[in-house]
Amino acid sequence: MHKKYSKNAKQNILPGFNLSLGFTIFYLSLIVLIPLSAAFIKTTELSFSEFWAVVSAPRVVASYQLTFGASLIGALINAVFGLLTAWVLVRYTFPGKKIIDALVDLPFALPTAVAGIALTAVYAGNGWIGQWLEPLGIKVAFTPIGVIVALTFIGLPFVVRTVQPVLEDLEAETEEAAASLGANRWQTFTKIIFPAIWPALLTGFALAFARAIGEYGSVIFIAGNVPFVSEITPLIIITKLEQYEYASATAVAVVMLVISFLLLFAINGLQWWVNRRATALT
Amino acid sequence: MSISTTLPASQYSNYQNKVARSRATSEPVWVRWTLIAIVLLFLTLFLIVPLAAVFTEALRKGFDTYITALTDPDALSSIKLTLIAAAIAVPLNLVFGVAAAWAIAKFEFRGKSILITLIDLPFAVSPVIAGLIYVLIFGLQGWFGSTLLDHDIKVIFAIPGIVLATIFVTFPFVARELIPLMQAQGKEEEEAGLVLGASGWQILWRITLPNVKWGLLYGVILTNARAMGEFGAVSVVSGHIRGLTNTLPLHVEILYNEYNYAAAFAVASLLAILALVTLVLKSFVEWKVARDAQINEKS
Repeated sequence: MHKKYSKNAKQNILPGFNLSLGFTIFYLSLIVLIPLSAAFIKTTELSFSEFWAVVSAPRVVASYQLTFGASLIGALINAVFGLLTAWVLVRYTFPGKKIIDALVDLPFALPTAVAGIALTAVYAGNGWIGQWLEPLGIKVAFTPIGVIVALTFIGLPFVVRTVQPVLEDLEAETEEAAASLGANRWQTFTKIIFPAIWPALLTGFALAFARAIGEYGSVIFIAGNVPFVSEITPLIIITKLEQYEYASATAVAVVMLVISFLLLFAINGLQWWVNRRATALT
Repeated sequence: MSISTTLPASQYSNYQNKVARSRATSEPVWVRWTLIAIVLLFLTLFLIVPLAAVFTEALRKGFDTYITALTDPDALSSIKLTLIAAAIAVPLNLVFGVAAAWAIAKFEFRGKSILITLIDLPFAVSPVIAGLIYVLIFGLQGWFGSTLLDHDIKVIFAIPGIVLATIFVTFPFVARELIPLMQAQGKEEEEAGLVLGASGWQILWRITLPNVKWGLLYGVILTNARAMGEFGAVSVVSGHIRGLTNTLPLHVEILYNEYNYAAAFAVASLLAILALVTLVLKSFVEWKVARDAQINEKS
């Protein structure tokens, strides 16, 4: 059998090209491509004016503002604290460092529904942290701030895990050179270290942002889901589905899909850039 | 080639060993400890306190209530369904991951980078939309809705829908882990095997898979964690029928919405333990890879 496969792959004697690529494309089409195309085909049931009326309805627009605004703030918080976390994990030693390093991945591993109810319990007015914030006039649970907290939680590992390897590979010699030329640590950081890590930082930020936009499970428990105030776009889709408004649910979904795809291409471009820089430097 | 390109390489940072930090290239002690304190405070507020809250809330009404919540028939059937969904989704995506990595890493063909991007698509799609697309196809109003109804097959609001949604959200994990790994390893060993008379399947079983076993395990661990914990996608296709189409995360939601907090957190604590086991296994694989890499460097 395997002789037949190798015929098509030029200058490659390994077998299995047709079989593996054929299965890959078949499975990809069956699970991902055909089902996703269903979303785009479904929206053609609507005329353009109907589509526009659905996706620009005030309640839907309010949900975009919350979803994208909270995702952006969450990703920015993660950019700052993720960079700090990566820095501390790579450069300093302190007791419990290995455990902290492993715990950073918790948001990847913890089911979102569990994260949602746990964050709600902690940040509610009578919760462990909420009870200290409430006297200060800060309400977290059941407000847009709660949405930001949940989206910060689920995006937390991305920046740390993209910046960490780049920081580890940084050559110490350039920093020594900077120091011997009279730069202080802050100058070395802003002029030497930050330019080397910022593509990775941007990639991590974009990954956290992209993940936050689609997030559902951790948000709905803590958000309170008040229309126009704390209702995220994925919840709008669910609500429309439960009312059997399939076409309009799909219209909102298509808007989100297009934005997500654009982000995915941007992220792939960023990662390609980071890798090219990495190979150029070594 | 080492496989440090995919697995986080924190254990063998060449930064720490290479140069002893001098005062000129490190920060003053007070800066160091301030930064460490800020990071620990941030991670405590966002990770450690919520994790601790799961277990505290679960045991708030005593150990008996905890056990009762977990041995409730609806809880047991949700555990069973979660295990079934993972038991189907993980092997299928594993086979896909190996096939995709074989084609992409060992051969050159046009459209390869497009294929890699397409494999990543499920990461970019909101879980809610992942559920929605299967409703559009298999739901009562969907493409195959009436055909399925005629043959009395239920996909949506039934187990097949849950399995499909789970496969979708965990689709890229194994492939993503294996592709860079197998690309880095090249194909010389496989070609040597072929020259020595091995068949394609023998090469796969005896050369390729043993070479990538840790990356493979890593991908399976991530796939399994996501499969068992998926909420949004499964929520759309499940219909929330107690005892029938409820997975563990959905059972948590139902209990929580009924204000049965102790039981909700008890079931949630099972998933939290699963997450902690996942992290331990992940650290173990990373440690193993780092050790193998060091051994390779020495020899």
